[in-house]
Amino acid sequence: MSPEGLPARILELAEELRREGVAVGTSELLDAFAVLGEISWTSQEDFREALAATLAKSQEDRRVFELVFERFFFRATELAAARQGITEQDAASLGELNEEELDALRAQIAAALREGAEGAMRDLARMAIAAFARRQEGSGVIGVDVQRIRRALGLRAEPQPELPPQDPRHEGLPREALRRFEALLRRELERAQIERTGSLPPARPLGELDRALPSGPLADLAAVHRVVAQLRRRLATQGLQARGHRRHAHVDVRRTMRASLQTGGVPVVLKFRPRRPRRPEIYVLCDVSTSVTSASVFFLSVLHALHDTFRKMRSFVFIERISEVTDIFEHERNFKAVSERIASDAGVADISGYTDYGRVWSEFLGDVEDDLHPRATVIVLGDARTNGRDPRADIFAQIAARAGRTFWLNPEPRLYWNYGDSVIAAYERYCTAFECWTTAQLEDFVRALTRPVIAAAR
Amino acid sequence: MSVSASARSEEEVSASPESVEAVREGLRGVGYLPGESTALVSYLATKLGKPVLVEGPAGVGKTELAKAVARYLGRELVRLQCYEGLDEAKALYEWNYRKQLLRIQAEASGTGWEAVQEDIFGEEFLLARPLMTAIASEQPVVLLIDEIDKTDQEFEAMLLEVLSDFQISIPELGLVRSRTHPIVLLTSNNSRELTEALKRRCLYLWLDYPALEHELEIVRLHAPELPQTVARRLVEVVGMVRALDLKKPPSIAESIDWARALLLLGVDEIDADTFFETMSVIVKHRTDMDVVAERVGLKLGAPADVA
Repeated sequence: MSPEGLPARILELAEELRREGVAVGTSELLDAFAVLGEISWTSQEDFREALAATLAKSQEDRRVFELVFERFFFRATELAAARQGITEQDAASLGELNEEELDALRAQIAAALREGAEGAMRDLARMAIAAFARRQEGSGVIGVDVQRIRRALGLRAEPQPELPPQDPRHEGLPREALRRFEALLRRELERAQIERTGSLPPARPLGELDRALPSGPLADLAAVHRVVAQLRRRLATQGLQARGHRRHAHVDVRRTMRASLQTGGVPVVLKFRPRRPRRPEIYVLCDVSTSVTSASVFFLSVLHALHDTFRKMRSFVFIERISEVTDIFEHERNFKAVSERIASDAGVADISGYTDYGRVWSEFLGDVEDDLHPRATVIVLGDARTNGRDPRADIFAQIAARAGRTFWLNPEPRLYWNYGDSVIAAYERYCTAFECWTTAQLEDFVRALTRPVIAAAR
Repeated sequence: MSVSASARSEEEVSASPESVEAVREGLRGVGYLPGESTALVSYLATKLGKPVLVEGPAGVGKTELAKAVARYLGRELVRLQCYEGLDEAKALYEWNYRKQLLRIQAEASGTGWEAVQEDIFGEEFLLARPLMTAIASEQPVVLLIDEIDKTDQEFEAMLLEVLSDFQISIPELGLVRSRTHPIVLLTSNNSRELTEALKRRCLYLWLDYPALEHELEIVRLHAPELPQTVARRLVEVVGMVRALDLKKPPSIAESIDWARALLLLGVDEIDADTFFETMSVIVKHRTDMDVVAERVGLKLGAPADVA
């Protein structure tokens, strides 16, 4: 990369950041160039930090920046290398490995992961690739190869009690180190691929998954709690944001008249109706069939973490039938324990394991019919996939008619709605449907749910 | 930035640091151990004259950074603590009504309206609040706008003028321009999304809890008499506690406090007992204490677990 080419490179980088949703404005770019005038470019660390300080203006953006920066300059150097025909000395000299040597390699890698030794991990990643790529044909798909190698090495985050106690894998490996190792594997594989083909593979957008709600069974607990803590703090500061809307406040005639007595009947001081945050009564219905379990449990725990924002809250889970789980959340704070208890004794009677919406609606209506009133809010979380059964939108309409507000949260991207057995359109006529598969979307929804209303505005 | 650059005094330019390395050493010299990016961004802030937005969890030394920069550059620190409902009168300037009133009464008769008006809207009757102080100061200062996320958006909008042009317009007096160029640090706990406009004007610095080695260094800087092994153990335990899901994870200041407490007690090893006795230094919530006692206490109990 020649220095004359640098401004162009930086612009390309900014372009790529924009494509990933980071708002990089012209003023940010000007700053970036100003900053580069002040530091030496030879230190990669300084170079990156300086760009980050000017281009990425939030923690989230910073994370995206790291990923994009890594990928961008990796590709740029690799491309330059491929053009000039520079290849790395391959680790092919290792020759055929026997079982014993493989075991030694396994142990070495596990030890490096335990200690988090970055440099060693990089070398070991290459050796692992060289060793395993020869034993089994590479699939050509990098993601698949990474997982294959990881499995062959027996690297897992969970404890593996069958191994001897002195083995570093016995107690499970740190998740963070595992992820880094996988990233290294991926990178080395990509490097090898570029060397082989002499050209760059097309750039993929960063997987939205990176920023999505936890969906796998191994949902990262800490991430969940971070989101909840953040949400709670943001909601707590909401009273403050509403202050700017004073001009929409309604005059409280009675209090104004009373206050006017002090000034001889002239209403000098206007009294306004207080803006009270809406403290809705909430009924939550969550699909916990396998396709959406994680999203549901996550969502329920968010709502329960926020329970003091609501006047009253009852939660139900369903697959074929419904079952109330309000108690579980009252007594358990631990996300994992909650998911286990829901799975074990919520008793949702999943004989077939397929959601039966029609039955769920009628049971729900039977349970809470007398409690539903115009100030209640019903929230349904599910993918609206009926498995070919009758959606019974008519009963759902009755529920929606009795409740004040009805929301539907669909953990599938909007693109997939109404494809296959998804019948969300049938329900959407009676409720407001949100797509909800990233934390940001969830936050938007919770905000909409608790938005303050003017007391007795009507 | 041309206006502000020209407004810089000769003296300040000579006082500005030479390199990132110099900033790192300088901050170290005043008792603040900066991370890699911290030193770099501080250096850029002094060079470019841009405000820095520092974000991060509570207790990672955001405010301390501003104090350290001020100490290092030998500048005065002007601090504006933000809170809900902070308004211009508290942040910028206010007319000293009482003094104005006295003045009017003192010259009650004889003087014309014009003369009095000229008189009572002079600098003599102006109460300078932090932002005004920072801008009007003869000597360059470090301006710390603490917890900007606690204020409302209207206030943020008002800050924009101050931060981009370093000037304040007072209707009765005209424009007050900065004579020197303050270094501005804004801190935020990220409890509210700040407006794009504000972010665009700032350099961004994310401070997180320091890595183990780094925190160890910090602790040893502030409690040098503490034995190396105890200090390392302490930092490890604090790391463990932070990894739990707590209402309030221990801050760096609290690890230092804890180190000092252990020093006072003359402890030479952190075992389960010492931990239970002294953990109130780092854990300050009833529920948190239960969680910590359960999780961390167990690990400490088993001596074989010591790495």
